[in-house]
Amino acid sequence: MADEKKPGLFEKGGKLYWLHSSIDAFDTFLRVPGTVTAKGAHVRDGIDLKRVMIMVVIALVPAALFGMYNVGLQTSTLYNLDWGFWHMFWYGLLRMLPLFVVSYAVGLAIEFGSAQIRGEEVNEGYLVTGFLIPLIVPVDVPLWMLALAVAFSVIFVKEVFGGTGMNIWNPALVARAFLFFSYPSSMSGSSVWVSKTWVGALKDVDAVSAATPLAIAHDGGMAGLDSAGYSFMDMFWGFIPGSTGETCVVAILLGALLLVWTGVASWKIMVSSVAGGLLVGWLGQLAGATELPCYYQLVMGGFLFGSVFMATDPVTAAQTETGKWIYGFLVGALAVVVRLWNPGYMEGMMLAILFMNTMAPLIDHCVVSAHTSRRAKKALTA
Amino acid sequence: MSNNLALKKGLDIPVKGAAAREVIKTVSADIVAVKPTDFKGLVPRLLVKEGDHVLAGSPVMADKMRPEILFTSPVSGTVNQIVRGEKRKLLAVLVKADGKQESVDFGAKAPETAADAKQLLLNTGLWGALIQRPYGILAGLDVTPKAIFVSSFSTAPLAADTDFTLDGKLLDIQAGVNLLSKIAPVHLSYNKAVEASTLFHKVENAVLHVVSGKHPAGNVGVQISHIAPIQKGETVWTVSPLLLAAIGHVVNTGKLDLSRKVAVTGPAAEKTGYVCCYPGTPVKEITPVMQDVRVIGGDVLTGENLGAEGYLGFFQDQLTLLREGYEREWFGWAKPFRPKVHSASWCYFSWLTPGKKYDMDTNLHGGPRAFVETKCFEDVTPMDIFPIYLIKACLAGDIEKMEKFGIYEVLPEDLALCDYVDPSKNEIQAIIQKGIDLMIKEMA
Repeated sequence: MADEKKPGLFEKGGKLYWLHSSIDAFDTFLRVPGTVTAKGAHVRDGIDLKRVMIMVVIALVPAALFGMYNVGLQTSTLYNLDWGFWHMFWYGLLRMLPLFVVSYAVGLAIEFGSAQIRGEEVNEGYLVTGFLIPLIVPVDVPLWMLALAVAFSVIFVKEVFGGTGMNIWNPALVARAFLFFSYPSSMSGSSVWVSKTWVGALKDVDAVSAATPLAIAHDGGMAGLDSAGYSFMDMFWGFIPGSTGETCVVAILLGALLLVWTGVASWKIMVSSVAGGLLVGWLGQLAGATELPCYYQLVMGGFLFGSVFMATDPVTAAQTETGKWIYGFLVGALAVVVRLWNPGYMEGMMLAILFMNTMAPLIDHCVVSAHTSRRAKKALTA
Repeated sequence: MSNNLALKKGLDIPVKGAAAREVIKTVSADIVAVKPTDFKGLVPRLLVKEGDHVLAGSPVMADKMRPEILFTSPVSGTVNQIVRGEKRKLLAVLVKADGKQESVDFGAKAPETAADAKQLLLNTGLWGALIQRPYGILAGLDVTPKAIFVSSFSTAPLAADTDFTLDGKLLDIQAGVNLLSKIAPVHLSYNKAVEASTLFHKVENAVLHVVSGKHPAGNVGVQISHIAPIQKGETVWTVSPLLLAAIGHVVNTGKLDLSRKVAVTGPAAEKTGYVCCYPGTPVKEITPVMQDVRVIGGDVLTGENLGAEGYLGFFQDQLTLLREGYEREWFGWAKPFRPKVHSASWCYFSWLTPGKKYDMDTNLHGGPRAFVETKCFEDVTPMDIFPIYLIKACLAGDIEKMEKFGIYEVLPEDLALCDYVDPSKNEIQAIIQKGIDLMIKEMA
């Protein structure tokens, strides 16, 4: 019929309809979809998952920016290069950029591919995961390793379960865990934390050992930290070697403020995780497992970054409000337990969160069961 | 003696277009529709044919399984047309009104026993006004409910103000309460905000409850869950204040009068205000409808999309008109400020302008996703349940879990705000309804 509209190239019936998941993703990235409500409530809140995810990315920006500066700072200090502020920042930015590019390119390619296969819209969850991964690995990690880790975690931790919202473990942390167990020499030790690969003058210089304060404190205690020259305030402000995003407490707290303010992440998890870490840190000090005051546990390593950005992932954390208190507390407590009573491996946060991700459904189950049996009892007495 | 119920959780959606307390016109429609689709769980049997003369209160259809339950014409006139849809499903009986409004005389006499009360409701077609919980279906004939609940006010967006629409009908309301209290104890709630002025606090013969809070505090289901939660095996009935007054009117005068003041509301309404008319009045006669405007019978959360050619429903005392939101906003989700879009979430800046009313449309503002955020549901559900677990049990069709998580206590309307706040744009009301339908099927 003459007046029948021909379907567009990407519309149903069009030649390239099979590409519609990817096209939709770009299209809805640029413009809010024109879909109207078909059933249920006729009006809807302005919020969508894209907005939620972008809030997390914005919350990560202070930590990322400081991290870039710190990458330059550490290199400059360790090798006596005497760089200025912008030089340090510029070096860090250039050094971090490939990590972001690889993380997003590999992750999004897989996301788009699996959305195509399922014929669904592309989920925005990877916006956050892709930003998190470069912040929690050593800056000099080889890019092919990073690509492999990203691919592993997106495929086997997220997509096989059904995509964003269905995964059991935090994909960014699994990517880190994958690297940690597959390529320990690139992920731990004392020579991986300060970048030198891109500095021409350092081409033939051997990597100088620069252990993280966490490692130093593990082996040498308070005296070790003192002789390495790391004060509490250094660690608080983040002028220390470590994963890019994790060092600066102030930047992380800025992010935490935004996440709590917008309600995207649960403050209950953050608070209880810190409480758990402090309590075990204090008990450890009493028991003689460490001579560090408990609040040192908060500023060293990835504890705070994990508590604020990783443990609070709404998909993998506990879902009941009571459950969140328990879950967060155990994350913090377990992380410090691993730090204090584990001879080989000092950063417990990653494994504590992954372990509690696994336990979160059980916690929720207990909370919900307790609630329903209380309801049933109330019914009997009523 | 009244009981206080203060609810903390909830959300008042700030839609533009509230109706001022004035009657803008009175419509005596030429054609009035009786729609079986207004009643959940009704399989109708037609009792009239085209050309039959009917009075206000004459039966036009009955429940096929329980022929005692009659549904009557709100006006006097002639049956004009029987409208059928696919598979000859009865959609509406259209009555051409004669304008005389002659009514069947049911006898102005207060019933003395529960049986008399039930009989009067059945004869007048007002049995359909009783909604039975769990499941929100037509009340069963041989059921003795634990109690009958009436929420005298609605907190839904732009809802009709019952103190205005029922002004002067205290005697009818009282007679209605008296009749229902023959069947079961009546609980009546009223809004704390208008405690001093509301006509409902003068009602006797009922247990009164004073309720305060944001929407859905006015939902009768939410109130029941705090006053006396429904347990397995129990049933309660609910009646809207509008139809409670209609019941009382029959008792007082012997005549069926379903006329009502309908609030015409919403940002796309040409003129907001109240219109006097009968249920079944064509939408177009109540208010002009422009191109690309959705007419909702009821409120924006739970109302029915009537369409410009539709008819006002039996239970409805509100029309909401909304623009269809086909427009596509550039970078909507990424803009720091979107002053025209409301969000209960603090990811936008609506919290800066708490008094502002929004020109809302029907845009979904996003695409459907898997559940991610969960606390947002709890924040708008002032009931002792875990919404997300109930929703997931409904999705899974797990009867045992649905029971455990409180399916007996909810109707889709009680979780309607979850539809609104969900960033993943899930259809929560549809999911709950599907769960309820499954329960009805399995428990029958």
